[in-house]
Formats: sequence, C-alpha cells, structure tokens
Amino acid sequence: MKTLIFRSIAPYLTALVLLFSAFVTLRGHNEPGGGFIGGLLAASAFALYGIAFGVPEARRAMWFHPMSVAGTGLLLSAISGLPSFFRDTPYLTGVWTTAPLFHFDVATIILFDIGVYLVVAGAMTSIALALEDSGEG
Amino acid sequence: MAGPIDITGAMITTATPAGDWLAIVPIALPIIAGASLLMLRKRLHWQAPIAVATLALVSLATMALFVRVWTSGTVVMTMGRWLPPFGISFTVDVLGALFACTASLVALACGVAAVQSIERPARRYGYFPFLLLTSVGVNGAFLTGDIFNMYVWFEVFLISSFGLLVVGSTRAQLDGTLKYGVLNLIGTTLFLIATGYLYGVLGTLNMADIVRKVPQLDGAPLMTLAALYLTAFAMKAAAFPVQAWLPAAYHTPNVVTSAFFGGVLTKVGVYALLRVLVLLFPMQLAGLSGVMAWIAAVTMVLGALGALAQSDIRRMVGFLVISGVGVMLSGLAIGTGPALAGGIFYALHSMVALTAFYLLAGFIADRAGSASLHVLGGLSSVPLLTGVAFILMLCIAGLPPGSGLWPKIMVVRAALEAQHGWLTAAILVSSLLTIITLGRFFLLTVWRPAVADAVLAEGKRSSWPGPMLALTAVALLMGLYPEPFVQAASRAADGLLDPAAYVQAVFGGQN
Repeated sequence: MKTLIFRSIAPYLTALVLLFSAFVTLRGHNEPGGGFIGGLLAASAFALYGIAFGVPEARRAMWFHPMSVAGTGLLLSAISGLPSFFRDTPYLTGVWTTAPLFHFDVATIILFDIGVYLVVAGAMTSIALALEDSGEG
Repeated sequence: MAGPIDITGAMITTATPAGDWLAIVPIALPIIAGASLLMLRKRLHWQAPIAVATLALVSLATMALFVRVWTSGTVVMTMGRWLPPFGISFTVDVLGALFACTASLVALACGVAAVQSIERPARRYGYFPFLLLTSVGVNGAFLTGDIFNMYVWFEVFLISSFGLLVVGSTRAQLDGTLKYGVLNLIGTTLFLIATGYLYGVLGTLNMADIVRKVPQLDGAPLMTLAALYLTAFAMKAAAFPVQAWLPAAYHTPNVVTSAFFGGVLTKVGVYALLRVLVLLFPMQLAGLSGVMAWIAAVTMVLGALGALAQSDIRRMVGFLVISGVGVMLSGLAIGTGPALAGGIFYALHSMVALTAFYLLAGFIADRAGSASLHVLGGLSSVPLLTGVAFILMLCIAGLPPGSGLWPKIMVVRAALEAQHGWLTAAILVSSLLTIITLGRFFLLTVWRPAVADAVLAEGKRSSWPGPMLALTAVALLMGLYPEPFVQAASRAADGLLDPAAYVQAVFGGQN
C-alpha cells in the first residue's frame, strides 16, 4: 500500500506491536497473556510491515526465514522439558534455579513460553507473507 | 519464599526412574531433530543423515521401551509431575510398545529409502522434517494414555502427512491430498466431538481414569460415544464404507511416502479402535460386534475385489491395505482374547509386509518405467526383485511360510470358536481373492515375457534395495518363527481385556 500516512507510521507501529507482544508474553507467566497470543501479535506486526513496504522488504527486515523462527521455537519448547531429567521428575516439569551472579530466579517454563511465542510468530508470519505475496502477484 | 508447601495432593513426589524416560524419547527426540532440520533448511546435505540417525535412535529407544514394558510392566510418565487424572499421562503397555516399535522400524526403513529416492526440490521443501514429525505423531498416538492427547497426536501426524503428500505439487498429488485432507479432517473432527462429549459425560480424559469410571455410570450415553469413536477411527483405518480416500490418495506421492502411509497410518486407526473400544467401552463393543463383523467382512472382500480390478500396482497395493484392515477388524468384532491377538499380529505383519510391497512397487516402476500391469513383464530377468516379489506375495496372501498365515489362522480359529460362520467364510473368500490378485500380479510382471516397449532400463539409476530387503526379511521371520510375535500379541490383547494392571500402573497407590 502506497499511502504516505500508512508508510510513515508503519515502522513505528510495527516496533510498538513487537514490544507489546514481548510484554504480553512475559506477563503470561502469572497473569492473562502468554506465548501464543504474543506470537500472534508479533505475526500481525510483521504482516503490517509487509503490507506497508512489500513482502521482500518484510522478509529482509525479519532477517531469519519465518520457518526457521518457528523451528527454533519448537526446539526451545522441546528442550525446555529436558532439564527435569536431572531432578528425577517427569518430562516438562518446571525446573527453577537462581542465576549465580544476578540473584534472580530463572525457570524452564519461560523457555517453553518463548518457544511457543516463536513457533506461533514464525508460522503465522510465514502464512501471512505467503498470502500477501500472491496477492500482489 | 514461605515455608515448604505440601504438594503431595497435587503432584507426584516419588522420583521418576530414568528408565521411564524411554516413554518420552520416541516423541521428544524426533521433535528436536525435526525442529533442527527446519532451522537448517538451507543445508540440504545435512537433512538426510540427521533424519536417518534420529529414526535409528528412535527405533532403538522403542525397542528398549518394549523390553522394559515386557519385563517390568506398564510404563507411566505423567507430564509436569501433576497427579494422573490432571497431568497428561503417557501410559505404555505391551500393545502400545509393540505398535510403536514396529512403526519406528518401518519409519527407519522408509527414511533410509528416502535418502536416495527423494529429489532435491522435495528436500528443500522439508521432506525430512515432515517425515520426522509424522513419526512423532504416530508414536505419540501409540504411547499416550490420555484420549485428548491422542487427538492432538492424530492432528500432528495428519498435518505432517499433508506436507509429505503434497511435496512435489503435481496435479495428481494436489487432487489426492485434497481428498485425503477433507475426509481425514472430517474423521478427526468426529474424534474431537466424541472426545468433548466424553469429557462432558465422564469429566475425565485420562484413559485409565475412564476405565475406572465407566462401570459406575448408569444411563450415560456410552453407546453413542462408542459409535462416534467407531466412525471416526474407521475413517482413519479406511474401513468400509469410509475407505474411499485411501486408494484416491496413496498412489500419487513419492513411493516412499506411500510406503510409509500405507504401512503405518491406517494401523494408527486400528490401534485407536483397539485402545478405545476394547479398553474403554468393552460392553458397548459387545453390542456393536454385529455391525463390526459386517464392516470387517465387507472391507475385506471389497478391498480384495478392488485390488483385483486395478491395473496400476500402487493402486492395487492400496486396496490390499484396505483388505488387511478388514482382517484386523474381524479380530475386533469377535472380541475374544485369541481373536484380538490375531488382529494385533495381523496389524504388525501388515505394517512390515505392505510397506515392503510399496517399496517393491517403486523399484518395479523405476526399472520398467511403468507401474501398469498392462505394460509390465519380463521381471524374471532381475532375480532380486523376483525373489522379493515372491516372498511378499506369500506373506500378504497368507500362504506358508509368509507372515500373513499365522495371524489369519488365529483369527479364523477364534471366529469358528465364537460361531461366526459367515465371518470365517468372508475371511477365507477375501484370502482367496488376494491370492488371485497377487498371483495375477506375479504372473504378469515376472513370468510374462517383456512387452516390446517396456525395456528394462538396466542403465537407469536404481536405488539401494536395502530397506526393502530388510523389511522382507522381517516379514519372512514373522512367518518362519512366529512364536514370539504370537506371544507378544497375546499379552497385548490380555492387557486390553483385563485393564486392572493398566489402571494400577497409572494410579498406583492412590484411589
């Protein structure tokens, strides 16, 4: 789309929505929100960017291929269940530990959430960009 | 943090033995490898080795799992250590381990066969990740002990199998995938509706918990549930009258894909029927057994007749798959221990033998440049293919010393004992038709002299026959030394008919 207003505002909007998607994902740890909805927000941000500047530009801006992003997410989610092996608990049990230097709690659960975020963001962006691509011919 | 919180009411507090992790390895490992391959999309030469190595490790893991289940009883792992009815349990009994083990071996053979027969464009579009994720879904369905989770695994392998079917994007493939997709989506939607209804009635999805609760209910619409599940899984298993998608789709993709699907995917439907109807709704299954017997008989005979009518080898094998499903279902219809054991053994045989037969069809098409029985001929000049074709013919037709013989004898004997006269007749008639079909196939492709324009392309690149030979050897072994397989199938059937050990394994001390 070539309107000046949309083109001028799209980068800011994309950045804002991406930031918000990260916020929603982290908020999902204890409150409504989470990786799935965050990933959808991120995908809509990239779709917006694609509408404004065209699909090739959006792909360049993403740096990684959307499917690689989704693959990374699946990998993160799957391996987030593995550390529980060393605590004699079943697969996917949350493991908490305190980071040695900074004294705050870290958990495998957030790794799983980030994985979901990346899977949804990658897969949805992939679909959205493919649809936009064929739309422009 | 406040003082220690008492978690014994919500969580499992006993340590999980490291060996129980074998239940999750067949899922977690291929997911991790599949995701990595997705990230490494550009490195085409890494795809095949990583995929094959993963499938080999998964096969080893399922074998170890089977040994563990065989020696020390049902293995249970409840995710996130929540107590069973709430946490999702993986409950692996002999039946699940047996199916997972066989399916993983078949997947490994297909993975090895795919190394040579999958072209570069298909690799670029993610053939190997799809293969791994399909095998994740199949293993998940075999190993899980939670019915909604089973639905999720059905979706996983369904969606990955779309990918495998459509990769290559020829017109015939798109046509086949569309039919496969629509009919299977209807099947899984029925599965989902039934599961939602089940949850509404029973308030639980854990299969061991369902087994405990079903007898306590009076007047619950259990027959409706059983019938819904029967319809949904019959669609997956390609039983009459919902079998039309299979011959419409399975001859279109790459032959390795057909081999994997024909061997494994319909058996997931059969497994689900066994698991849900025999374990969860035994009373309702007894009520449905008349219908089941009809379905089984018609599936068998129509499958064999369909196979007889085909001139394309791969379409013919597709109908043979359907005919075999009928034999498994007749085990289910009779419902006694030996009959179920026969059905289970037949499913194992069918996974191995039909996958091998699809691979053989691929080899024949490669060498002769055609898969049509009108054109083929003169295969006797290739002794290897002739030998494999001969052994597989015996196996699938159920002639000694092939692997199909023993399970068929078990089912027929059980049918006679249970006074199912015409079901016995149907099994024998379908066997006869299968023999005629395969005899015709053998006669036309091997003994008939080569037709002039079908020159066996000697110079053509032909792939390594290892996987096909290995599967044929396994099928022959099943026929020559069936004792361990009969024993395993019998124990699997006993585990289904007497679920006390299954429930005990999940709920242990608590009541």
